[in-house]
Amino acid sequence: MSDIVLALKDVETYYGKIHALRGINIEVKKGQIVTLLGSNGAGKSTTLKTISNLVQASSGTVEFFGKDITNVQPYDIVEMGLIHVPEGRRIFRDLTVEENLELGSYTLKDDKERKNRMDHVFEMFPILEERKKQDGGTLSGGEQQMLAIGRAMMVKPKLLLLDEPSMGLAPIIVQDIMKIIRRLNSEGTTILLVEQNAKMALKLAHYGYVLETGSIAMEGDGSQLREDETIIKAYLGS
Amino acid sequence: MSTFDIILQQLINGLLIGSFYSLVALGYSMVYGIIMLLNFAHGDIYMAGAFVAFVMLAVVSPVLGAGWLGIVAAMIASMFLVGLLGVFIQRVAYRPMLGAPRLSILITAIGVSLVLYNSVMAITDGEFQAFTTDLGFAGVDVGSVHITYTQIILVVATAILMISLNWFISKTMYGKAMRAIALDKDACRLMGINVNKIIALTFFVGSSLAAAAGTMAGVYYGSIHFFMGFVIGLKAFTAAVIGGIGSIPGAMIGGLVLGLLEAAGTQLPFIGSEWKDVFAFGLLILLLVFRPTGILGKTEIERM
Ligand SMILES: Nc1ncnc2c1ncn2[C@@H]1O[C@H](COP(=O)(O)OP(=O)(O)O)[C@@H](O)[C@H]1O
Ligand SMILES: [Mg+2]
Repeated sequence: MSDIVLALKDVETYYGKIHALRGINIEVKKGQIVTLLGSNGAGKSTTLKTISNLVQASSGTVEFFGKDITNVQPYDIVEMGLIHVPEGRRIFRDLTVEENLELGSYTLKDDKERKNRMDHVFEMFPILEERKKQDGGTLSGGEQQMLAIGRAMMVKPKLLLLDEPSMGLAPIIVQDIMKIIRRLNSEGTTILLVEQNAKMALKLAHYGYVLETGSIAMEGDGSQLREDETIIKAYLGS
Repeated sequence: MSTFDIILQQLINGLLIGSFYSLVALGYSMVYGIIMLLNFAHGDIYMAGAFVAFVMLAVVSPVLGAGWLGIVAAMIASMFLVGLLGVFIQRVAYRPMLGAPRLSILITAIGVSLVLYNSVMAITDGEFQAFTTDLGFAGVDVGSVHITYTQIILVVATAILMISLNWFISKTMYGKAMRAIALDKDACRLMGINVNKIIALTFFVGSSLAAAAGTMAGVYYGSIHFFMGFVIGLKAFTAAVIGGIGSIPGAMIGGLVLGLLEAAGTQLPFIGSEWKDVFAFGLLILLLVFRPTGILGKTEIERM
């Protein structure tokens, strides 16, 4: 039981009348990379927002290490070690790279530890150190994604939710992002990866779910999904 | 008086009045930056600051006297209490309205303004209150211009407040969180920031600065009145727009520019000083024609 980091049980979410999640069940085990695939509008981002409680589930439960967090405030969820890197990166454009990272560790009181973690982020992303006095908005898309991930690393997450980290990036940069995700995972971070880029996601994932209009249409081990005919047709086509 | 004396005199007048405008404009700008609210009750917060300081000075003067020691104590008490008043207003009047259309919350702000100044009007019977201090008229003479120590200290005090605020906003975690919330609230939530708490803190800081300005205005003019916040509220709002609403250095600069232009306007040849506002506002409208976002504003201002 203790190796289940995250469990969604019959989660339903509405935006007004729009029924975005129609009772989904997802499990993420410790040390894994789990991916959530699906086309545009399937409800992937809504799933992550429901987990971090930016939107409230109308029924069902979200459990983090066995604790019900369905009604816990987003800022308290962060303190428990669950970090959500949202779609579109959402870095603070008018704040410097350094300030963006500092805010990532907002919940941390110890300035020395903050410095250590920032050094760790800079070791992983040397380009961010070079640009630390620049405004976040001046970074390229790939650099912004690194900043968004770096900002999440400032809290040493136990579980990291990544929403389409490859979005809008050149293939070569996507390769870099893949390496980073793999490295974070090998350093002990459990990851729930949302992607439209199924090719990339299935290369990384131990386990995967396919979401279609708010319901789980399919699930299985990464290797299993990679070989699956319907998946190949629908998502790995070209 | 020589031309130099006139310029010096008006420079000092402009700096002083501009300091008050800046301190009030800061609260306008910070609150707008963070929740897009034009807080039309902010001028009344300044008025409340003057009245709370007036009461506090009466409380502390038997022990501390009504000189600078007592005044500073009264000012700090007023900044604290009026800061809490700002937080309270935000909590009961504005927070429940955050999801509502912008116009509704604007009307709420006007309602808060009415409540504040009508309360003070009722308590004071609408009379002027003498803000009596032991500060004399001692000072330094430059040419034929007499600059009182009070004037110098008030300008220096404003500078200290602004430098502290700048430090707070740019260096502390709370200040960085304020700037971040102005940019993206949801991203802040995902960083573990309690957004409501930071909004409350913004109201505290903005209201405290207005209270400081109100106290200083009481000290400087020697009397206070329930309606004293009305005109300065409009002018500080103007100053915030001139500086670029949402921008903190912009509010500081906008207030000083407006104060100095008004002082210059009192010296208009032929037409006289009643035209100072027309002169100042005319120039400011001209500035906005060429720079609609204000001196330091970045983003396009939405139409209300
Ligand atoms: N803020 C919102 N308000 C109303 N509907 C929304 C909102 N966000 C998403 N939706 C709707 O919910 C559904 C799922 O959206 P989303 O979770 O963003 O999909 P995905 O991330 O898989 O592309 C879509 O039909 C979308 O239009
Ligand atoms: Mg999405």
